[in-house]
Amino acid sequence: MSLHTFVLNGTRVSVDCADDVRVLWVLRDLLGVHGPKYGCGLGVCQACTSHLNGRAFNPCSVPIGRLGATDRVTTIEGLADTVSAPLHPMQQAWIDHDVAQCGYCQPGQIMAAVALAEQARREGRAVSDADLDQLRNVCRCGTYVRIRAAVKDGAGRM
Amino acid sequence: MSDTGTTRDRTPLDGRDHGDGDDVRGRVDLGRRRFLGLVVAAPTLVAASWPVTQLTTGVPSADALPSPPELAEIIDLTDGLTLAALPTSGLIAVQVDPDGTASFALPRAEVGQGITTAVAMTIAEELDLPLDRVHVTLADARPELLWNQMTGGSNTMHSMFTPVRVAAATARRRLLDAAATSLGVPVASLSTAQGVIHSTRGPSVTYGEVAVAAASSTTVVVGVQLKSPGRFQVVTTPQGRVDAMDIVTGRKRFGMDVEVPDAWPTMVCRPPTINGTVRAVGNLAAVRAMPGVTDVVTIPTGVAVRAQTFGQCIDAVRALQVSWGAGTADGASDASMRAKLVAAELPMAIPTWPLLTRTIDKRFTFAFASNSPLETNNAIADVRPDRAEIWSSMKAPIIVKQRIAEALGLPWEQVTCHVVEGGGSFGRHLFHDAALEAALASQKMGKPVKLMWHRTDDFRQGRMHPMSTTRVRTSWIGSEVLSFEVRHTSVATDYSHGLGEALTSVIASTPIGGTAFSQFFFLLSQSIPYDVGVTGLLLNEVDRGFNTGSMRNVYSPDVTTARELVVDELARQMRKDPLALRREIVQDPASRAVLDRVAAAGQWGRPMEPGTAQGIAIHNEYKSRVAVLAEIDCRPATVARRVRDGFTGPRVTKVVCAVDAGLPINPKGIEAQMQGGIMDGIGLALTFSVHIRDGHSLESSWDNTFYTRQWNAPASCEVIVMPTTTGVPGGIGELGVAPSMAAVACAYARATGTLPTTFPINHDRTDLGFVPLPTTPSIPQSPTDGLD
Repeated sequence: MSLHTFVLNGTRVSVDCADDVRVLWVLRDLLGVHGPKYGCGLGVCQACTSHLNGRAFNPCSVPIGRLGATDRVTTIEGLADTVSAPLHPMQQAWIDHDVAQCGYCQPGQIMAAVALAEQARREGRAVSDADLDQLRNVCRCGTYVRIRAAVKDGAGRM
Repeated sequence: MSDTGTTRDRTPLDGRDHGDGDDVRGRVDLGRRRFLGLVVAAPTLVAASWPVTQLTTGVPSADALPSPPELAEIIDLTDGLTLAALPTSGLIAVQVDPDGTASFALPRAEVGQGITTAVAMTIAEELDLPLDRVHVTLADARPELLWNQMTGGSNTMHSMFTPVRVAAATARRRLLDAAATSLGVPVASLSTAQGVIHSTRGPSVTYGEVAVAAASSTTVVVGVQLKSPGRFQVVTTPQGRVDAMDIVTGRKRFGMDVEVPDAWPTMVCRPPTINGTVRAVGNLAAVRAMPGVTDVVTIPTGVAVRAQTFGQCIDAVRALQVSWGAGTADGASDASMRAKLVAAELPMAIPTWPLLTRTIDKRFTFAFASNSPLETNNAIADVRPDRAEIWSSMKAPIIVKQRIAEALGLPWEQVTCHVVEGGGSFGRHLFHDAALEAALASQKMGKPVKLMWHRTDDFRQGRMHPMSTTRVRTSWIGSEVLSFEVRHTSVATDYSHGLGEALTSVIASTPIGGTAFSQFFFLLSQSIPYDVGVTGLLLNEVDRGFNTGSMRNVYSPDVTTARELVVDELARQMRKDPLALRREIVQDPASRAVLDRVAAAGQWGRPMEPGTAQGIAIHNEYKSRVAVLAEIDCRPATVARRVRDGFTGPRVTKVVCAVDAGLPINPKGIEAQMQGGIMDGIGLALTFSVHIRDGHSLESSWDNTFYTRQWNAPASCEVIVMPTTTGVPGGIGELGVAPSMAAVACAYARATGTLPTTFPINHDRTDLGFVPLPTTPSIPQSPTDGLD
């Protein structure tokens, strides 16, 4: 057991656990942050997708010991705060396109979409269909078509 | 003469009133049925529907039923489930609170199909209350509801629409009476809009202000009329999901997110073959001493581990040394199961016709497929010596309550089952596999548990759509089809969740009442929507060794795909266009209407590049009609696309779907359900299956169970929701799967000039495309490379 400190959604948190507990379980089981979902625990389904220092990552595949005191973890719960608004533009696009069905994968979908849009913006281009084909997030309800529309729309508003 | 016109003439404030019939207006509107509602004794206004005793469509007497092949056209699955729910529909109440909101505990499971939104819309409509002031939650298990708490057969809105409307109309009527007293004006001067009661004489009052006054200390019966459909302002308008904000902010609580004190993470070490049993555990003490672990106990399905985090559960499950007994499908493989199916196929009954007739006789094979949602099986259980409490996504919670009480040795009154929101179902939550395990583990450990299946568990021990074959034989002469016979043979589907009891409780006296339930379900759900001469449909089942269940749309995707491919083959051999042949032989005008709609919107017959093609298919079920047109690209450059750890293959590039849902309560929700059905249909046609080898599933993660992913999704997917036709809401949650799978299969056949007979089409590929994970340990190591 050892004390692990990092920045979670803008607030410094410390948690006492073994180094090899994956960040997903630190968030869900120890800190009660439930936005990142478990869909496989294998880095495949992307339902837990969150941001580490502004880049998408899968908390299910990162031991807590890999995080340092200045590392910033943003989950869906903290996304809107990154733009100081009640909703991030991507979340608003998700509502406008009524993307969700059961909703289980959607926090991960939105976090992946924001990361994709920011990557495209850094590269000075719009989100393309080829980019959307690279999104690996599984949606078993099959909301893919509305996700594609919402990502393009949300990226345009960011 | 429309009701709308009649009622509007009598409306005190134009556009706001529904017309309440004789009691309020002093005259009877003969064009509409009256209903009786109940005002239930309660501190605030609680209103319910008086049990309705007849179906608007009428129920045929048993001796009027024809022979089995046409059964579904006379009385179908939807009728059966609705009839089963009717006697208790009066026990479901709408409550209006002093804060001006209405609440309703829905006795069904919301798993993404949008029923909480559609029910909220129905209440908002009949009550004249803004949609955001209607709160729909999920009811705990209520044994007094008998068969009226089963979520299945796409039946929720068909069975609940009228009872919910009557309850809401009763509440509104009661609010009007209370407002009349409160304002000192006649009821006839009142109208309602947006949760406010207005009087033509000036004053107004909100629902919240009269909610307590409208309550009754005794239960009373009230006569009401429902709003005329012509005056609908919410129902039939597109509405976003009522939980959309909670979903996009991460606030929506699924089973895994429910916090129950001391309900610590729990997982199960499972056998290497399907339903293998625990013989002995070699290192119990060592695993109990692992970091974070509090308990390790044996339960019937494996060895349960409770720990501080799920990560520590995973480590402990992997460390367990268990010797396993035989399973229930040991040694089985795809090939052995297919051989069993072919051997068990029932013979065709219609003789082949002599001389000038021609015959098509094809057998299609459909692989196993997992019905796992994205949220794996999970449940919370807190079992004490004298009582138990369960939280899980349950589509048959009364059955769960009874079966868990039996397993724990408790009186069933002492078992409380809370239905929580599910992260998908696709038929999976008809069963309570995780809830039973959680209850048994909690009892044995003497502690609350939050039990979760690993993704690998969900694919390897979870329930599946059973492998099946469908043989279709049709004969024709000239341009006339003489016969069309279907023999569906399937690994047995498990219906032990109680759907059988619900249906047989109302239809057991029919001529096929003594038949096996599966045959009964098959005949209730299957029909041939074409005039194709003498028809015959039969099911036979083999082998109960697999964990199966009703995957979304059950038999229909397989049977419809086989049927539509043979119709296309008929067209080819008759030298007719597939659309033209369907238009000639389609039976009912509603089916022809959706067919024509997709043909026009999808530009049927437009010139296509070689290696690409269109396919078209129709399907009738759940009192709804649907047609799908799909375009596919099978050109080498497309098929050879590379995606890391993903399957590409032919790509469906465009889909157009037209759906007639009878009464489209929420067109936006219907569009979503049809798109979801389309994604399922694409997967089932092309990529999505489970391979059985040596008694277990090779698949174990989303990167080897190839459900449709973004790289398989069509860039264009248009859903046309037809305007109201029958006025009765049909089912839509499963409807889109079968015609989509069929249309994609037909498109593939036309693009490649072949007739595919194995589904999904990539199932028999020589290169599996992934390396199967070992079966021992039963779950894989958690990755550590997420930042590499």
